[in-house]
Amino acid sequence: MIKLIDITKKYGEFTAVDDISLKVKQGEVCVLLGPSGCGKSTTLKIINRMLEPSNGNVLIEGKNVRDFKPELLRRKIGYVIQYVGLFPHMTVGENIGIVPKLLGWEKVKISRRTEQLFTLIGLDPGFYSNKYPHELSGGEAQRIGVARALAADPPILLMDEPFGAVDPLTREILQTEFVKIQKELKKTVVFVTHDLEEAIRVAVRIVLMQKGRIVQHDTPENILAHPKNKFVHDFIGADRALKRLSRFPVSNIMREAPVVKSSDDLFKAAKSVDKRGFRFLWVIDENEELLGWIDTTRLIRNKEKKEDVITRIPVSRIAVRSDFTCKTALSRMLAEGIKVVPVVDENQKIIGEISLADIEKITEEVAHTWQE
Amino acid sequence: MAGVRIRSWISLIVIAGIFLFLIFNMSVWQHMLGTIFPNESEVVYPRAQLPQLLREHMILVLASSAAAIITGTSIGILVTRERGRPWLGIVSDMSSLAQTIPPVAVLALAVPSIGFGFKPTVLALFLYSILPIIRNTITGIESVPGRLIEAALGLGMKRSQVLFKVELPLSIKLIMAGIRTSVVINVGTATVGAVVGAGGLGTPIISGLVRENPAFVLEGAITAALLALFLDQILARTEQSLSRSLEKTT
Ligand SMILES: Nc1ncnc2c1ncn2[C@@H]1O[C@H](COP(=O)(O)OP(=O)(O)OP(=O)(O)O)[C@@H](O)[C@H]1O
Ligand SMILES: [Mg+2]
Repeated sequence: MIKLIDITKKYGEFTAVDDISLKVKQGEVCVLLGPSGCGKSTTLKIINRMLEPSNGNVLIEGKNVRDFKPELLRRKIGYVIQYVGLFPHMTVGENIGIVPKLLGWEKVKISRRTEQLFTLIGLDPGFYSNKYPHELSGGEAQRIGVARALAADPPILLMDEPFGAVDPLTREILQTEFVKIQKELKKTVVFVTHDLEEAIRVAVRIVLMQKGRIVQHDTPENILAHPKNKFVHDFIGADRALKRLSRFPVSNIMREAPVVKSSDDLFKAAKSVDKRGFRFLWVIDENEELLGWIDTTRLIRNKEKKEDVITRIPVSRIAVRSDFTCKTALSRMLAEGIKVVPVVDENQKIIGEISLADIEKITEEVAHTWQE
Repeated sequence: MAGVRIRSWISLIVIAGIFLFLIFNMSVWQHMLGTIFPNESEVVYPRAQLPQLLREHMILVLASSAAAIITGTSIGILVTRERGRPWLGIVSDMSSLAQTIPPVAVLALAVPSIGFGFKPTVLALFLYSILPIIRNTITGIESVPGRLIEAALGLGMKRSQVLFKVELPLSIKLIMAGIRTSVVINVGTATVGAVVGAGGLGTPIISGLVRENPAFVLEGAITAALLALFLDQILARTEQSLSRSLEKTT
């Protein structure tokens, strides 16, 4: 557990962090969120003594960080920075092994650990280990940055805009992966970002900051539903209900989808589906790959040609994966003008569907609480 | 990589071979200079042997360069440490400025206070050759991006580890470039030592100038040029193995 008590940081007359007190529970992802210059990075760096506070104390597991030598303290705290900071003169494998090496681990143990971490972040150790950082894509470099911070298995992870330097699409993938990894590792994480959606996606709790002070400290749901004052309300924006969707993976509201093989009797299948109250019947080919749908509200005559009945769809553009957010699903629905999208697995096989009506239910909950 | 390494070895051996051959075969000089300057009665400097002059010259260069390398890199490293930072501006300005003073002027200033001979020459050469080393060390270390220093500290490196595992490996090329430039220039500048009686390869050059015998000048100049090339090659090899071993320590 991390505890900040009355932390103040002054630069001359200017107060960058103003009397902040904060608890981060074991295994929790606490996101420091706020506009540029509000003191997020400063607060973060005070935790691992990259900066010394002008006033106040930081306790980790009840012990004052001042009682540790800074470098020994930092080896027990993972640290990820925005521009990754991989060392260009070391291989990717050596970069990951830095902290274990500082801790004096044996070579064999380091290389075994490095391999483990490559697997954890979804990169092939054989292929990447001996590459140099300049040979990596932005997304790969950021993954390595995270692996390096996790190398000595520290209980605490400090992340300062860890996914800031990549394009939005890669960022979403990295965020999703991070949430998955965190579920497994259960580190105590302090995560700095100025991106509200990123915060909503990864946070257990959000600390919203303004001018060096904490404005609101709560779960993403509560902050979206009950913004404490005008600053929070404005920071969240008018589309709070929409933003809440970032918090829900598709798997949460995905339902089973009616599927038929294109070689089967479509007429019969369409009729049976209609009775169960689903509107679309998904059609797959012999290889179980998704071809298109049949709109069951439309009258289908027995003699109609199959090609006329099946509406073909560009699967890769419409379908979502179960770990995508509901927001992505909604934006695909809006872009294509459809009310239901298929959910597929890595092999593009359909595993369910998600409907506009179900997404609306989530947004209504928020809208409702705000009116109260 | 291997190809480059082998090539640098070969050029080192070739230069060393030519060098040694010329130093110990005065008949070659006689023949060569006699062909170029058929009107001169004497073509080889008579009052000292070439190996002897070379030895004096090498001692001048090695003494001043060794001191300059050690002091120069140390100063460069010190002023880029947290505690030395206040000096950084002054030191780098001074090292740029002092470079514009010609070595003869330094000698002229040094002689009255230290006297004639070996010592003032070494001092002048030292002062003169320390400048590119300081400047390149500072430039090299300063060119290491701040985010890398932050990452290194954040991961739990001590200041000394940041220096040896991050700052030096990343700036060794520039530092070594400064050292090479400095030593090569120093070999040339050291010929000035002959003026104040420190001997060396400047002796036949000065004598040639005074007696209007270009053969003597050429004898000293060619040998000095070969010495410069030879030392440059050695330093090139040192640079390679140094950056390799620095990489290994990380
Ligand atoms: N060394 C310093 N000297 C003076 N002021 C500083 C220093 N470091 C930071 N500040 C100021 O302190 C304030 C907080 O800085 P901090 O880096 O914590 O902001 P931040 O919330 O992380 O912003 P960003 O999202 O832009 O990274 C800023 O106004 C900054 O200008
Ligand atoms: Mg910041």
